[in-house]
Amino acid sequence: MSIITQYTNRLRDRLDVLPTWVRALGLLLVVALAFYLPYLNVLPFAYIRTDLSATGTDWASVLFLVVVYMIVAVGLNVVIGLAGLLDLGYVGFYALGAYSVALFGSTSSPVVEAIQNKFGLSEEWAVPFAICVPIAIAMALIAGVILGAPTLRLRGDYLAIVTMGFGEIIRICARNLDNVTNGAAGITNVPVPPGPEVDGRPFFNVSEPERWYWLALVVLIILIWMARRLEHSRVGRAWLAIREDEDAAAIMGVAAFKYKLWAFAIGASLGGMAGLLFGSKQQYVEPNGFMLNLSFLFVAMVVIGGSGNILGVLIGAFLLTYLPERFREFQEWRPFAFGVALVAVMILRPQGLVPSRRRAREFEDRKVEAEEAAADV
Amino acid sequence: MSDQNPATPASRESHAEGHVAVAPDTSDHAMLSMDVGQVGETLLEIDHVTLRFGGVVALNDVDFSIKRGEILGLIGPNGAGKTTCFNVMTGVYTPTSGEVRFNGRAISGNKPHKINQLGIARTFQNIRLFPEMSALENVMVGCDARHKTSVLGALFRAYRVRPTEEQLPANPLKRSLAKVFGISRHTLEERGGRERSMELLKFVGIADRAHELSRNLPYGYQRRLEIARALATEPQLLCLDEPAAGFNPAEKEDLMDLIRRIRDLGHTVLVIEHDMKLVLGVTDRIVVLEFGQKIAEGTPEEVARNPKVIAAYLGEPDDAA
Amino acid sequence: MDFDALINGLDRHTLDGITRGSIYALVALGYTMVYGVMKLINFAHSEVFMVGTWATLGTYTLIGASSGMGVGMIIGATVLALLAAMLASAGTALAVERIAYRPLRKKGAPPLIFLITGIGCSMVLVETFGQVLKVFFGPPFGRVLVNVPAVLPTKVVFTIPGIDLAITNTRIIIIFGAIAMMVALDFFVNKSRLGRGVRAVAQDPDTASLMGVNQDRVIMLVFVLGGAMAGVAALLFTIQYDSTKFDIGFIIGVKAFTAAVLGGIGNLRGALIGGLVLGVVEVYASTVWDSSWADVTAFVVLVLVLMFRPTGLLGESLGKARA
Repeated sequence: MSIITQYTNRLRDRLDVLPTWVRALGLLLVVALAFYLPYLNVLPFAYIRTDLSATGTDWASVLFLVVVYMIVAVGLNVVIGLAGLLDLGYVGFYALGAYSVALFGSTSSPVVEAIQNKFGLSEEWAVPFAICVPIAIAMALIAGVILGAPTLRLRGDYLAIVTMGFGEIIRICARNLDNVTNGAAGITNVPVPPGPEVDGRPFFNVSEPERWYWLALVVLIILIWMARRLEHSRVGRAWLAIREDEDAAAIMGVAAFKYKLWAFAIGASLGGMAGLLFGSKQQYVEPNGFMLNLSFLFVAMVVIGGSGNILGVLIGAFLLTYLPERFREFQEWRPFAFGVALVAVMILRPQGLVPSRRRAREFEDRKVEAEEAAADV
Repeated sequence: MSDQNPATPASRESHAEGHVAVAPDTSDHAMLSMDVGQVGETLLEIDHVTLRFGGVVALNDVDFSIKRGEILGLIGPNGAGKTTCFNVMTGVYTPTSGEVRFNGRAISGNKPHKINQLGIARTFQNIRLFPEMSALENVMVGCDARHKTSVLGALFRAYRVRPTEEQLPANPLKRSLAKVFGISRHTLEERGGRERSMELLKFVGIADRAHELSRNLPYGYQRRLEIARALATEPQLLCLDEPAAGFNPAEKEDLMDLIRRIRDLGHTVLVIEHDMKLVLGVTDRIVVLEFGQKIAEGTPEEVARNPKVIAAYLGEPDDAA
Repeated sequence: MDFDALINGLDRHTLDGITRGSIYALVALGYTMVYGVMKLINFAHSEVFMVGTWATLGTYTLIGASSGMGVGMIIGATVLALLAAMLASAGTALAVERIAYRPLRKKGAPPLIFLITGIGCSMVLVETFGQVLKVFFGPPFGRVLVNVPAVLPTKVVFTIPGIDLAITNTRIIIIFGAIAMMVALDFFVNKSRLGRGVRAVAQDPDTASLMGVNQDRVIMLVFVLGGAMAGVAALLFTIQYDSTKFDIGFIIGVKAFTAAVLGGIGNLRGALIGGLVLGVVEVYASTVWDSSWADVTAFVVLVLVLMFRPTGLLGESLGKARA
């Protein structure tokens, strides 16, 4: 066992024996710190800020993006980490979430304009944000079910290519359906969540990104809580059983297809939720924001962090979003460095940076087995 | 992978050293027993089943039935079609002609998890546990087969049940909350499943390592865990596929005792075995297959005297070791 | 929708599709062989192809080849470029295996991890041509489309009478070159001793290694063969399109992988059928609608095929390559 694993395991064991109230307090402190982050200005900690140099990006906006990608990672973790299904088209659901809120909520979207003309509504009218949210989640969820229903019966590797195709189809449709999505020009005026007006401006506006960050953080915390509930129930057990041995699980009464479809649908709706937040904050969506590479980035977050473990995937999402923003000066070199990092991290630590303890043990066992097998030959 | 496969020499050796005399289980396991129904009534009928793969006839007009409350043995030399027959019964293959009926209902063409819900559970010849889940979790997956909580139910826990006195929590605050709002069905099922799973692990005699990953359990424990997991789905019919493979004589004695105790809980048991001594010792009735055909059926004594059976087994030394 | 355009030019579009499909099929071989032996999607294979196109360009540049040379020079330059592309691609494939996959194999990592290192390698290779080499050498490296000299001038060799279909020399070279390479590979895998090792490992790695087949050697061989095929595809690609780009591998890779799955992954002849079907479907779709819908149609066809034949058109397995 590597030294890092030993150390983290010991740390986790220590945390486990602490009384519940101490752990609750600790968690509360972490959450409080997370809410405070946009204002972090105390040296030396302020060095983590991304806006120290002139070329830097706005710190709160980066934090917002980190949290949005964390939502993505939590959702994808259900699909990849728990149910063991390889989804390479996750960006499709993310795009669907963002596009749904734009298509129905923006006054300049062709869909809204069509509705205005049909019912003789005013130019100002659009579907209210509060209704766009369930629409966006439902669109992603329905897409997940439509994609999953025929393909989840296929073996894992086929699923990878079919989902990848789905991600591309969504983007191509967004680009080509000019009279629905405005094509490559994209849609502006994406609505923002309602709130009291402050100084004559909406509560959620472009110049106060920390509010967006707090909103996303609240959503993330709720979603993590829900994901954990599922994980520690018969649903989570069914997913693990399917991941381990699908046939045996089915013979033991697990409705494998149903649970896989649920994993897919839940993952999809979380992706849609993340896309919705993203589109709403940008107040603009365009097809090029949803390239296939983003899907690979999402999968990398889950795997690098340690798939199956929520803390792990959160860390993965943080590193892969934050580091490129922090080192923006080296923009041209970022994809290269990212590639090198992917290979290096996975070879040195294939179980991910913070694997679930179950996974960590699994890897130790597999390694021993592989070594024994090598010794036999 | 290799450690799950009973056929690898390594696992056999380790298990030979690792045989643990399982403490005789004396508790009455009241919560595990189930209603057997009308003893002697036909539970499963294999009605003139023929199965062909291309030109190969795997089963040829096989016809027998299993009665409630009995232990039926299905034996035959290697390649006789025992496991194929088993797979037809559990819905893996659909017969080319003929029918399999369970409680009078045709079951061919049902999905594996449906077959389980109907009340048939099985173990595997080459152990197929969920290796990265603990022994207890493995059994809980089985228990979940009888649970009613849906995915949304596990998420929102809105389906409340009025708890009985012994289901109420000890903590006074939680107790009064539970009295007012009830307890979610999810919580009750989760707790009930955990208790039943522990009870099952005790029943098969491996409760001492309930929290270990199943892949790290010794071979004999894994075999017992498979039986516990299958029992957890509350089957009317439990099918054991070569449960004694790789066992030494002492372990076989324990297993025979376990099979009888399973029947006493109210399950009907079908045992596929190679080992004549075990089958003759534990079953009520035996069906003998050879080359995909039934060649004999009857009580152990009748079968042991049957010249066809003796001839079928003559070429092959008794594989009791 | 313009079905008339399709019907009127059916012969020409079919020929276009077969040309495009031949290139897909050659690249698909790499995916299918690696999958057959290791049950792994080699995500870096698209970049193996991309490296081949750059090797072709490099060869032409070094020997100063350009359009309008004599016949002898043309043949010489093309053969040299072919060898260079095959060598570069095979070398890249081998390097990817050694750096990104072998250490994981020794640790017994699950398939998902291989996928991530594959994606990582792919990014490194793309960026090597898009960024790293540009810093050291400047153009033609960088993130722009680069012209490859059309060494082989396109000429109409003959016209099929009756339907008036002009067959050019480049088409003949591409289609017959691709088919010849595939026949050779099929022959090699089915008939040679090394090929027997490949099939043995594909069927049952554990038994094969007990029987004395060196699994590492077989895997290296598979990567080298798949890489060389991608190199041939790279040369044919430059003949057809006269250009390359740092990220050209991606889309070809996706298409080739789709073709492999369509035909039945792990099946060599499936790669050929899958490639041709995909190429033709794409060209038809871009005639009927427009080229931006070609990808969508390709994926829809894939999903439909998989729904009705879950193991692809010809079924999987390299082990039973005679299928």
